Amino acid sequence: MNQSPSKSLLSIEGMTKHELEEILELTDTFDEIGRRPIPKVPALRGRTVATLFFEDSTRTRLSFETAARRLSADTMSFSAGSSSLSKGESIRDTVEVIEAYGADLLVVRHPAAGTAQRIDNWTNASVINAGDGCHEHPTQALLDAYTLRKHKGSLEGLRIAIVGDILHSRVARSDVLAFSMLGAEVVLVAPPTLLPPSIEGWPVEISYNLDEILPTIDVCYLLRVQNERINEGLIPSVREYVTDYGLNVKRASTLPKDALICHPGPTNRGIEIEAAVAADPRSVILDQVANGVSIRMAILFLLLGSGRNLMEDADVEVNQ
Amino acid sequence: MTLVIRGGTVVDQNGEQEADVKISEDGSILEIDKNLKGDQELDASGCVVTAGFVDLHSHLREPGQEDAETIQTGSRGGALGGYTALVAMPNTTPTMDCLAVIDQVRGLGQESICEVIPTAAMTVDRKGEQMAPMGELVDAGVGIFTDDGNGLQDPRLMRRIMEYSTGLTHRLGRPIILAQHCEIEALSCGGYMHEGAWSSRLGIPGQPAEAEELMVSRDIALVRLTGAHMHFQHLSTAGSVEMVRKAKEEGLPVTAEATTHHFSLTDAACASYDPVFKVHPPLRTDEDVKAVKAGLADGTIDAIATDHAPHTDHSKEKSFSEAPPGMLGLQTAFSITLEESGLDIHQIFSLMSWRPAVIAGIADRHGMTVSPGSRANLCVIDLNETWTVSGKSMASLSSNTPYEGRRLRGYVRHTIQAGEAVVIDGEAQR
Repeated sequence: MNQSPSKSLLSIEGMTKHELEEILELTDTFDEIGRRPIPKVPALRGRTVATLFFEDSTRTRLSFETAARRLSADTMSFSAGSSSLSKGESIRDTVEVIEAYGADLLVVRHPAAGTAQRIDNWTNASVINAGDGCHEHPTQALLDAYTLRKHKGSLEGLRIAIVGDILHSRVARSDVLAFSMLGAEVVLVAPPTLLPPSIEGWPVEISYNLDEILPTIDVCYLLRVQNERINEGLIPSVREYVTDYGLNVKRASTLPKDALICHPGPTNRGIEIEAAVAADPRSVILDQVANGVSIRMAILFLLLGSGRNLMEDADVEVNQ
Repeated sequence: MTLVIRGGTVVDQNGEQEADVKISEDGSILEIDKNLKGDQELDASGCVVTAGFVDLHSHLREPGQEDAETIQTGSRGGALGGYTALVAMPNTTPTMDCLAVIDQVRGLGQESICEVIPTAAMTVDRKGEQMAPMGELVDAGVGIFTDDGNGLQDPRLMRRIMEYSTGLTHRLGRPIILAQHCEIEALSCGGYMHEGAWSSRLGIPGQPAEAEELMVSRDIALVRLTGAHMHFQHLSTAGSVEMVRKAKEEGLPVTAEATTHHFSLTDAACASYDPVFKVHPPLRTDEDVKAVKAGLADGTIDAIATDHAPHTDHSKEKSFSEAPPGMLGLQTAFSITLEESGLDIHQIFSLMSWRPAVIAGIADRHGMTVSPGSRANLCVIDLNETWTVSGKSMASLSSNTPYEGRRLRGYVRHTIQAGEAVVIDGEAQR
């Protein structure tokens, strides 16, 4: 992965197709562990995983903590709101404190792009980028790719539309890179104000017409559109966005029968997705959530684990 | 006690000659000739001897941020970089917008090894709301007014300040210079780097070139309306350079500067997410770099400035968006210009000394010909010697240089400030 190999996972950019596939393949093993009666193995016993969240999160944080516990790692957690950051401590100070408590791996989410990369330069611990501003969210892209692969066998040749606020979406940046590296073609669908100022070098096509795109795709990946985008003058109203870009039942009926509907959550029901569409059998939104734990187990294991034999059943020990 | 600079090549507005330079005790040049003798002698063999540099754009941080830089340490860095005069920006705490603070800066400058020329804010506390007491400040010798760091957003107030300044010309004895940091904040706000392919890829919100260009355009129109002299600070875009070129062709009283970083670095540097590359205006594209260089070469841009902006390590140990903008420049400016600008040595000295001295209103003592009677503000540079940039070993209290580790050509051997050898063999003497 980036920086020194296997130390940290900071972005999809810089990873190879082989590295992505290795993680996806290993995830099958952890998926199986997650379905055991006691879903726990001793693989990371004695190792400490710290979650550093400078921004709110439900899914990402819970899934990392769940993944770490299923691998028997110890966990500690830090949130910006309740910490010394509010007393003026710098991020670097915070990282040094957490490292001093013995963290082997830091899971970092921060509202500013590049923060995980900055932290990685300051620490000997491994770092996983759990979302940095509008830049990347690589573990989300991996779980998305895993979900699509599970349902479709492979991403090779799939046509995937990513619809919504691409400009502010770290998920979109990571997904574009991961999906295209794994052989899919990607269409970004959004009004021009919600697209990045330049897509020079991006392996994507652009469309402002969702209706035209829907019948042509295998996957419709919806992104959250936040109310504050209206205050920023990016769209005239939620109503107009819903009219032009919201996936309602009528639009969903034009999707191919075997198409998949994805969303990284949390969904804004009634905005980018109609409630009935979220419940459509083609929706794999909850699968994405469940796969989030397996993919993060695989990543933690790859970065911290010392051998695959440690994945053997740990029932005896755990039952004591 | 007389001082002789021995064995160098004198370079000035009149050409080049191999000669020694003899300087009197009162700090003026006595004689230019071969085989001169003095009480103190400095070896200049293999070096050029020329007028000391004049920086139109230094942030010396005092008063208010003495952990990042002081007038003493900033001047030391300046002298080590070949500068003999630094124009100090007014974004101090408190702001240099009144006599008391100007006097403080001037007093501290007198104890330092560069001449420090204080500017004053155009508006009270640089807030862009109320005109600073310009008449009073002009009477105290202030010739440059700027809200640097903040462009003046309100076009009506800008027009009024321009008009008002033209009524003060007779009191200063030359036109008042209004220096603008061109940035329309409504368009740039929330942007931390140049908006384009790199910002899109890195996920760092960008600010478009147009945020700068709209204010350059506005101010050129207001210069045409009012006849005031506008100096455009740190031009960074191809569009800005072109507008200034046209304004000069039209004969408008405008001048402009460009910084060394805007012609030696691009927005691609931000890919490291290291805020040492965060600066306002932001690092732009290759095309903009080319346009800035062309502007320097054809005279559109009058001066190379540093925008020397020290920040402590602590304040830069943040995310790219949270860290303050700015980078060191005084000790690297000449070498970077020599390596990157594509200009010859006469053009470089003109852009770093002769012309900025005129804009700063100090051409009676800086940027002069190296000839008898001139004030002895000089630097002696070995153009072939190389050195390695190291933020930690610079004179600045801060170390935020974007050129860390670069090996550069052009070493400042000695600097003479008003006849005193303040840098000898690359060492500041006080």
